[in-house]
Amino acid sequence: MYVAVKGGETAILNSYRLLAEVRRGDPSVPELDVAQIREQLGLAVDRVMTEGSVYDPELAAIAIKQARGDLVEAIFLLRAFRATLPRLGYTEPLDTSRMRLARRISATFKDLPGGQVLGPTFDYTQRLLDFSLARAGSNEEPAAEAPAEPGPVPGVLEPLDGEGLIESAVGGNAVAAEEAEPPDLTRIPLGFPASRAARLQNLARGDEGFLLAMGYSTQRGYSHSHPFAGEIRYGAIEVELVPEELGFPVCIGEIEVSECQMINQFAGSKTEAPKFTRGYGLAFGHSERKAMAMALVDRALRAEELGESAEAPAQMQEFVLSHSDSLEASGFVQHLKLPHYVDFQAELELVRKMRAGR
Amino acid sequence: MRDDNFNFAYLDERSKRMIRRAILKAVAIPGHQVPFGSREMPLPYGWGTGGIQVTASIIGPRDVLKVIDQGADDTVNAVNIRRFFQRTTGVEITERAAEATIIQTRHRIPETPLAGGQILVYQVPVPEPLQRLEPRAAETRRMHALADYGLMHVKLYEDIARYGKIATTYDYPVMVNGRYLMAPSPIPKFDNPKMSMSPALQLFGAGREKRIYAVPPWTRVESLAFEDHPFEIQNWSSHCALCGSGESFLDEVVTDDRGGRMFLCSDTDYCSRRRDAREAA
Repeated sequence: MYVAVKGGETAILNSYRLLAEVRRGDPSVPELDVAQIREQLGLAVDRVMTEGSVYDPELAAIAIKQARGDLVEAIFLLRAFRATLPRLGYTEPLDTSRMRLARRISATFKDLPGGQVLGPTFDYTQRLLDFSLARAGSNEEPAAEAPAEPGPVPGVLEPLDGEGLIESAVGGNAVAAEEAEPPDLTRIPLGFPASRAARLQNLARGDEGFLLAMGYSTQRGYSHSHPFAGEIRYGAIEVELVPEELGFPVCIGEIEVSECQMINQFAGSKTEAPKFTRGYGLAFGHSERKAMAMALVDRALRAEELGESAEAPAQMQEFVLSHSDSLEASGFVQHLKLPHYVDFQAELELVRKMRAGR
Repeated sequence: MRDDNFNFAYLDERSKRMIRRAILKAVAIPGHQVPFGSREMPLPYGWGTGGIQVTASIIGPRDVLKVIDQGADDTVNAVNIRRFFQRTTGVEITERAAEATIIQTRHRIPETPLAGGQILVYQVPVPEPLQRLEPRAAETRRMHALADYGLMHVKLYEDIARYGKIATTYDYPVMVNGRYLMAPSPIPKFDNPKMSMSPALQLFGAGREKRIYAVPPWTRVESLAFEDHPFEIQNWSSHCALCGSGESFLDEVVTDDRGGRMFLCSDTDYCSRRRDAREAA
């Protein structure tokens, strides 16, 4: 007689062992070092930190190793670690004009104060497989001489702001003026309609692939926002915190961020003259694709605020913000692997009854 | 044995307190969904994180825990969740529904009637009963506030018009205490009557959707129906092949590739208790 399979526990323990084995791969190949991942898979580390909401390259590298290179899984590991950490306070807002720039480009002005700094980028490479990388130690050309640091470089958009041609970054519906204390989505769940600060926070944690597709859709007629990449910058910046007992800001460390200021047209309204509006993106490390996609989606989500019709998916808050999180999406999609015997039995019984009743 | 690298039941005490506050509010407003700051647990969203957070917040060292999925203690995810709590709390574990102080469940209510003092914790994938009819949360919140549930009645009516009967077999919507429309989680409608006037406390946790709700003991829970189409539960023409029960929810087990099948109790504890009793007799 058939007996329903018992012993889920043994099976699970065995699957742990198999997982450890495939993670290690062929034992005759040297094991990956966490430092190697941190140094040589830096962009993966950056993405995991951004969507994992923790700036810690070491932990992100461990997560990538543990996840066998599955970045969504690595992000999950980092988030679960983060969940029980205490929140000590809010840092001061970053002033990105004080960034130590490694890269800074503008697509709207040919030349500008501070210049165009290409920095390390894939952008102007020919995507030909470099077979020399197959051999270790083959690519050790000394880096080009780094230019002298230019000091603080103001953002490209500020001169436009001076002329009133573009909305101000602070004030109006922008982030800083909206709430003295920003909402924390990890403590208070997202509610609708969501403030711009909450939206940006959601987008910053959001899945890069999802944001990329949503941003892309705005360029293909699903919402018209006529974007220009006003400025993209990447570099290191100090993070400051005001400890209550001191009352003045102290630097608690330095992080690398990528920032995108997107410039978008705005036709104006009865009360307002036409001017440019902004979409904003920020991500940890060197994550330009993410920052740009985020800026496009941020702008699209401002449709209602700017009196535009909100009919495209990228303009719909609930649609975008409820589906951007890779943990939520990956977990719920994959939960379909869990047993559903009972529900399926209930449906089976119904379908049989309906067929019998025909 | 408890793993001392983690706080008791994994969550930090502040998070537990936040969740307990949400639970208290949920108990005070039966059937109402209370938003809470759902944490990212070490298990994936959609795999019971809401139930796990509720259990983690209420469990104490003297509790006795039972974890089931599809009614069974030995399904893979139930095993995994039970191992998680064994590792982080070291509490006593049981498979007997009558011995447990907390039962965490996915998709079933035990066949053995629950008693006062017991807590049933449901894992909930979609807490909003109206979500399939109206995906916008801002809109469904308004409907709950106004007790405007016409949409659901229309849906059930359309089922009858189309199929001659209400074609919802699990996660069958209920009214709690005559006020809030509630998703009972994807339990088969077979289990719905067990929710009403239960002496046990029923807590519902939805981690991904960040909602907690509750049915306090001795609360009226009614499955939606029409006067001329009363609520009905599933029934089978066969009995359990192992214990012979004709009153429990049965799983269909395929036994060969020629259409052979048999039916077994989905509640493994109930089934083995009955078999034990029969052997003893």
